[in-house]
Amino acid sequence: MKSRRVAFLIAAMLWPTFVWAHAESGRAEGFLAGLHHPISGLDHVLAMVSVGLWGAQLGAPAIWLLPVTFPVVMAFGGMLGLMGVPLPGVEIGIALSGILLGLAVLAEWRPPLWAAAVVVGMFAIFHGHAHGTELPPGASGMLYSIGFVIATGLLHAAGITAGIVHRWNWGRWALRFSGAVVAIAGARFLWIALAS
Amino acid sequence: MDRVGLMKRAVHRTLVIAASLFALPVAADAHLTGTGLGPFYDGVTHFFLSPEQIIPVLALSLFAGLRGKRTGRIALFLLPTAWFVGGLIGLRWPVAGPFTLLACFSFLVLGALVASDADLSPRLVAGLALVFGLALGYANGSDFSPTNVGTLGVLGTAASLFVLVTLAAALVASLRAPWTRIVVRVAGSWIVAAGLLLLGWTFHSHGPKL
Repeated sequence: MKSRRVAFLIAAMLWPTFVWAHAESGRAEGFLAGLHHPISGLDHVLAMVSVGLWGAQLGAPAIWLLPVTFPVVMAFGGMLGLMGVPLPGVEIGIALSGILLGLAVLAEWRPPLWAAAVVVGMFAIFHGHAHGTELPPGASGMLYSIGFVIATGLLHAAGITAGIVHRWNWGRWALRFSGAVVAIAGARFLWIALAS
Repeated sequence: MDRVGLMKRAVHRTLVIAASLFALPVAADAHLTGTGLGPFYDGVTHFFLSPEQIIPVLALSLFAGLRGKRTGRIALFLLPTAWFVGGLIGLRWPVAGPFTLLACFSFLVLGALVASDADLSPRLVAGLALVFGLALGYANGSDFSPTNVGTLGVLGTAASLFVLVTLAAALVASLRAPWTRIVVRVAGSWIVAAGLLLLGWTFHSHGPKL
């Protein structure tokens, strides 16, 4: 009697069980990791907010063209990094972006629109190359990418929103002061990059 | 048999029945979220939880809306119909996914069209809706093929798609202030950026490094 029960139990355990083919896992983790990554480094945050501040100073159409250029070119840089295409001096490029964008805000530099887009796009490649390769194991690459782009865009939006103060005289000075802070921070990052 | 023996026997029986129930074979849920409400709603849920499907549809809806009411109406009926036909073909003759490259391509093309606010004729937009509807619907049908959601699942997805296209295209077509159209174009650039990163991930994970 007992052996029959054991045999029945073993047979039941060997019965084909649930099949969860292509089980979805790590999607939320991927999205949150992507959302967090752009704000995890001060050098990236300052550069991205500066793009928004500079766009706000320049006004239309730069106010929307620069924040559109940066994420797209940054994603292109990220794609190159993911494909294994080497880019020398990434950290130096990131630090220089802080200095130049900070100085542009400080001086309220008004180059032609195409030149501003080229400057922003050139530095975006360095930021993208440094980013985007740190996906947690098992997480979704697609949702990481979406979270990453949304966070970057929101940082630009934060810069543009802060740049609204440009319409007042005290606000113009406040923006120029923040540009000086970003440039000084960029110089500090350059020092660290060259020392390492 | 004493009381303890009876209890042991009851426990053994319960264990055997429980083990048998846990071990019962059930249908495979490949890449699908089961709602418990039937295949139609499984198809609905699958669509809204699949960024590789919802984002291209959203992008095409935004683009159709940017091109005006007439183009929006064309996309509204053509895209779900093409999706449904593609889905049925995918159910009948499936291929193995994942369709990551298709997602990358659709993100890049449709996102770029939104970002650039390309001045395409309604006929060209209809062609885009037809091609992307068939391709993405086919991928959707192939995903559903190993499951038991079948035609009703594809119908649920197409119905969700109809609702999304209606809302998104109508909203964008009604925008008047210039800055609101710029916001839509910025969203398009974000879709392009996500597509570029996704392309990088595709080659990073599966392909040779350059």
